[in-house]
Amino acid sequence: MRKYSIFAIAREAMRAHKGWEAQWNSPEPRSSYDVIIIGAGGHGLGAAYYLAKEHGITNVAVIEKGWLGGGNTGRNTTIIRSNYLYEESMDIYEHSLKLWEGLSQELNYNVMYSPRGVMMLSHNVHDQQSFKRHINAHRLYGIDNEWLTPEQAKAYCPPLDISKTARYPINGATLQRRGGTARHDAVAWGYARAASDRGVHVIQNSEVTGIRRGPNGEVQGVETTRGFIGAKKIGVSAAGHSSVVMEMAGVRVPLHSTPLQALVSEPLKPIFPCVVMSNTVHAYISQSDKGELVIGAGTDQYNSYSQTGGLQIITHTLDAICELFPIFRRVKMMRQWGGITDNTPDRSPIQGVTPVPGLFVNCGWGTGGFKATPGSANLFAHLIARGEPHRLASGLTLDRFRTGRLIDEAAAAAVAH
Amino acid sequence: MLLIHCPYCEEDRSELEFRWAGEAHIARPENIAAITDEEFAEYFFLRNNEKGLTYERWRHIHGCGRFFNAARDTVSDRFLMTYKAGLPKQPIPTAEETAAIAEEKTVETWEATEGDAR
Repeated sequence: MRKYSIFAIAREAMRAHKGWEAQWNSPEPRSSYDVIIIGAGGHGLGAAYYLAKEHGITNVAVIEKGWLGGGNTGRNTTIIRSNYLYEESMDIYEHSLKLWEGLSQELNYNVMYSPRGVMMLSHNVHDQQSFKRHINAHRLYGIDNEWLTPEQAKAYCPPLDISKTARYPINGATLQRRGGTARHDAVAWGYARAASDRGVHVIQNSEVTGIRRGPNGEVQGVETTRGFIGAKKIGVSAAGHSSVVMEMAGVRVPLHSTPLQALVSEPLKPIFPCVVMSNTVHAYISQSDKGELVIGAGTDQYNSYSQTGGLQIITHTLDAICELFPIFRRVKMMRQWGGITDNTPDRSPIQGVTPVPGLFVNCGWGTGGFKATPGSANLFAHLIARGEPHRLASGLTLDRFRTGRLIDEAAAAAVAH
Repeated sequence: MLLIHCPYCEEDRSELEFRWAGEAHIARPENIAAITDEEFAEYFFLRNNEKGLTYERWRHIHGCGRFFNAARDTVSDRFLMTYKAGLPKQPIPTAEETAAIAEEKTVETWEATEGDAR
């Protein structure tokens, strides 16, 4: 595959851009593969790429029921940060953040990672105490995070209303400067291109309808809408549909699939320099490079696969945004969408072996899987290749719900849902 | 926003009045101290999370405050029926019955029901 560079642009400019080649192949599936990954989102495509690159396993197919990157990878607010509380979480999210930093160079694809800073607002004494605890935990663990006074927060993010009479007064904020955003579609495309270049098959528009198992219970392959495809190992990376896919192999997972909505405004001139989150009043906002304000709402309360959500959820978020940033009160919202998130009881992901030999699972990323894409994919590839988890993901096993070693980020409030 | 029929109040009310309360018909083991870790995980954490028909509990928290059960399609979010807590899992209405119910309940919005109430 031809490398992207300034010379490639110059060369193509001189021949009317007729020489660009397809970024990834769309082959007919082989009768069997060494590894099949179900779900061509960022996590699945990334796992295929790292399997080929780091573990030398190139006889890999990524099977996708729709088009690649068409699920939650293309439906999120692209926030990247690693300021979680527990060591198991910090391990994996920080691993991911370090991979984000070099991802564009590694993939030869501009994923537009922009470390513009993630600010989390503190509105009351409880917030302040818990955030300072977070900051201390992060610094002890070697992760950057710092405390800002309201004035410092205002200096970093001028649209913020820090007046005493604000509806939601701000008594400080945390700032992770290495946090930021990236271009979500480019992540899926970049991984697909790089994986395809190493011989991975990306098979779109094929829905997995069953998982075939042998006499000893081991996996033999998957039934798809394009027929049976054999595999020695299967990795499930199906986000909101993980329960459905795992059920095909007879494995129950502790997941709730709920809609999570986001919305974008009409494009504006550059006005918003960083990512701001407020867990207390539930709002998060950033500005894309195209100029749209990208705003994330909360999850709906009930299980659903509808890829839509209640209007009251986004109204609630916009109420908070308008109070925090009064200058946005008259901005028009342009598009709204919902993705299906797979939430675990402790709001931490599941990545590990399953009771079925040859079947591996990567799910439960819930409302915050995008930031973990490179790290999760990298460690999932390790898990599939070696058959046991990497040290950094060793706490994320499915087994923790039996042993009780939960990673309770739900209570730690590093997540907003 | 969903419109939910409370079987106690016998009224269709907006989702804002209700709180989702997880999968229905899960019985707490009577000998909870004696069961194995696997059985406890099964009871406490593992859920069906169906795509399609699901049985679930709701609570009319800003109304009568009572728990009840519902059958709902998780793809369309349509409620197939609601019934009182303590009743066994109810059979799903047939296609004709569902169509009849749909015919009957054309009211989909809060404003419309409030209009009816007035």
